[in-house]
Amino acid sequence: MSQAMTHQIVISGVGGQGILFITRLLAEAAILKGMSVFTSETHGMAQRGGTVVSHLKIGNFYSPLIRPLSADGLLALKAENFDQHGYFLRKGAWIVVNSDYDLKPKYDGPLFSVNADHLARKIGNPKAVNLILLGFALGVIPKISEAKRGMFCSVEDIKTVLQNRRPKENMTTSAKEKLDASLKAIEAGYNFF
Amino acid sequence: MDKRKLLMGNEAIARGLQENSCAIATSYPGTPASEILSSLAYFQQSREKSMHIQWAVNEKVAFEIAYAGSIAGLRTAVSMKQVGLNVASDPLMSAAYMGSKGGFIVISADDPGPHSSQTEQDSRLMAMMAMIPVLDPDSPRQAKDMVTLAYDLSEKFEIPVMLRPTTRVCHARQDIQLEDIHDFKRQADFKKNPTRWAATPKFRYHLHKELGKKLSAISAYPATAPVRLNSKTNSRRAIVVSGIAASHTKEVIKDLNLWEAIPIYQVLQPYPLHKQFISHLIETYDEVLVIEETTGVIEMQIADRHRVKGKLTQTVPEAGELLPEIIQEIVCGFVGIKSQPVLHPSASDRRPTLCAGCPHRASFFAIKKVVPKGILTSDIGCYTLGLNLGAVDTVLCMGAAISQAEGFYQAYKDEPKPPDIVATIGDSTFFHAGIPALIDAVVQKVPIVVVILDNRTTAMTGNQPTPATGIGVKGEPLETVDIEMLVRGCGVKFCHEVDPYEMNKLTLLLKQALAYSKNNGPSVLIARHPCLIDELQKNKLKRPIPVEVTNGCDGCGYCIDHFGCPALLLDENQKRIHIDALLCNQCGVCIQVCPKHSIKSRNKSIESKEDL
Repeated sequence: MSQAMTHQIVISGVGGQGILFITRLLAEAAILKGMSVFTSETHGMAQRGGTVVSHLKIGNFYSPLIRPLSADGLLALKAENFDQHGYFLRKGAWIVVNSDYDLKPKYDGPLFSVNADHLARKIGNPKAVNLILLGFALGVIPKISEAKRGMFCSVEDIKTVLQNRRPKENMTTSAKEKLDASLKAIEAGYNFF
Repeated sequence: MDKRKLLMGNEAIARGLQENSCAIATSYPGTPASEILSSLAYFQQSREKSMHIQWAVNEKVAFEIAYAGSIAGLRTAVSMKQVGLNVASDPLMSAAYMGSKGGFIVISADDPGPHSSQTEQDSRLMAMMAMIPVLDPDSPRQAKDMVTLAYDLSEKFEIPVMLRPTTRVCHARQDIQLEDIHDFKRQADFKKNPTRWAATPKFRYHLHKELGKKLSAISAYPATAPVRLNSKTNSRRAIVVSGIAASHTKEVIKDLNLWEAIPIYQVLQPYPLHKQFISHLIETYDEVLVIEETTGVIEMQIADRHRVKGKLTQTVPEAGELLPEIIQEIVCGFVGIKSQPVLHPSASDRRPTLCAGCPHRASFFAIKKVVPKGILTSDIGCYTLGLNLGAVDTVLCMGAAISQAEGFYQAYKDEPKPPDIVATIGDSTFFHAGIPALIDAVVQKVPIVVVILDNRTTAMTGNQPTPATGIGVKGEPLETVDIEMLVRGCGVKFCHEVDPYEMNKLTLLLKQALAYSKNNGPSVLIARHPCLIDELQKNKLKRPIPVEVTNGCDGCGYCIDHFGCPALLLDENQKRIHIDALLCNQCGVCIQVCPKHSIKSRNKSIESKEDL
């Protein structure tokens, strides 16, 4: 990957959905691949059910914030984030959205939606909406032919990051179960398309 | 080997403190500074000689503990959010006069926006008032480097040094190269010197003069001097940047292809601004644009006003966060190129709310029921969100719920029908600043009811322990302070504990407390129930009560309007309430809220909560 290659992704949803967690997984995947990374996160009062947004910038940047009309993609954990954060997107940017209705008529670029809430309940892990949407994004974005830049990492990279978070030896049973559930959620999203 | 690690700004500051052998670090939680201390605890695991890390009862106490460590010769630090520095401002002003011995860093995190604060105040102005130098990091990486710089500066001049990150530094993450941590070797060695450490006004005058000399020398200290970012450019105009605004500006200038066109200077130490730098600017340029957050601190030190563009000329907005798109517009205007208008979102953000099952919601519901027309003063914490329920009329600052309640009573006391007054204050906030106000209310015999919303944690900032928790930042066991004993010790005679989930009991106690207070002065209820999102208290939660909505529900919306639990959803078409199973924490309080008794427990055997 050339040094000039950059990625700017907005990740948003509602406090409690695990936006910070998937932002961190993606940022760690970037480090794993030898790239520089910046994130900017929402902490504090908004985390109590308010709108939460993360900025993720991969490559050489000075500022942790993405400017309007600059983002390469939007990962929206709620359909409403499309109206709240769509203004960050450059022309032709991708949108991956958790929605139970079709948002395609509202956007003329590549848009992929999945009812991640439903899928999460189906796999018996209703709080894993964030990981399912991330898995889904990693599955569909490489399929966009017209996009100049896809995703900077693969589903395998994210799995490696998840597995590296805790040392394999002396892992407790509950930590192991949690990891397996996370991997399963990523897979479910990835294989959905 | 790649020693880069993804660190949040606050983690980077913590790592910097470790790498520089800080021996004592104290704090009181507050967004955006909270994670500094908890990260220290994380990095401290497995160290042989560990530093003392503690949450203090408030910022003033935190400051004084760390400062004493410094005058005993150790490297120490205190961290807080900007409004916390207001609380610690008394020792700050004096510590500047007396100076420090071991390096002493005051970390005060500002919150331009504001995102999670009462004010957008600029801590650099506090540094200016106290007469201490302040460093302004532009990124997590620079924040870590500036810890080293701050310790060197502090020890060279025996002066406290402020490190002033902002939200976008504290809560940004970046890949950062880690240095080794060495166990600190210094021994405490307090050298008695009453004319300095216990100075009377006569000696304070000398200390003030000394401080002036130190500042003058610091404004010529090479290590913290402003940096010219692009040396080859020539122009009659220049841009001066600092802090996170420097990062945004650098990126904007690169993208606009102006890097070779206009000289850019980055200020590392906004106060005192280097004298030579001020002369250089005035001698070299016709126009200087200053971009900084939040107040024009650098700007106001550049004496030749007609050359400077910034906040005072309305070139740069004086309120709100300087987002990169705003900076882009300012830079374009300054160099005379066309800019794109700043875009705004087409939809507004969702407002935050108390969690489903939050015990505070139950308390607010009961308070509204008992005093529907009363004046309801409140305070700083998650429970500020009682606003959504119309149960919070005032929020001023930490501890003000009780003193404002007193003030309202005095304002109305000669009216024929003075309003009932109920103050709500969290447990951590009560410890922090509520106690003096409660003592005052007792002395003045003020008829108010104080409800201490005791969820046994400092929830809003990430569930840090309170003095009642008995656990320290590293998980070590500590002594506990009992809130009821404290309240009684303040002279309050009516004080009862109650679980807010038991709505009838709480309502009854509120009525009694109100009646008692009319003749006897303040009464206190301690509404105690563990915070649902506190990992430390997961084992203390009561048995879940799954609920269902029965056919008796006619969709009247009472529960939505007056209780406002996010797990209750009104289906307008079906005229019926639905429970969002994902959000519902099965507290069962809504069973007691529904006026038509249409919400029932699905545990058929359990009808009453009292026997759980």
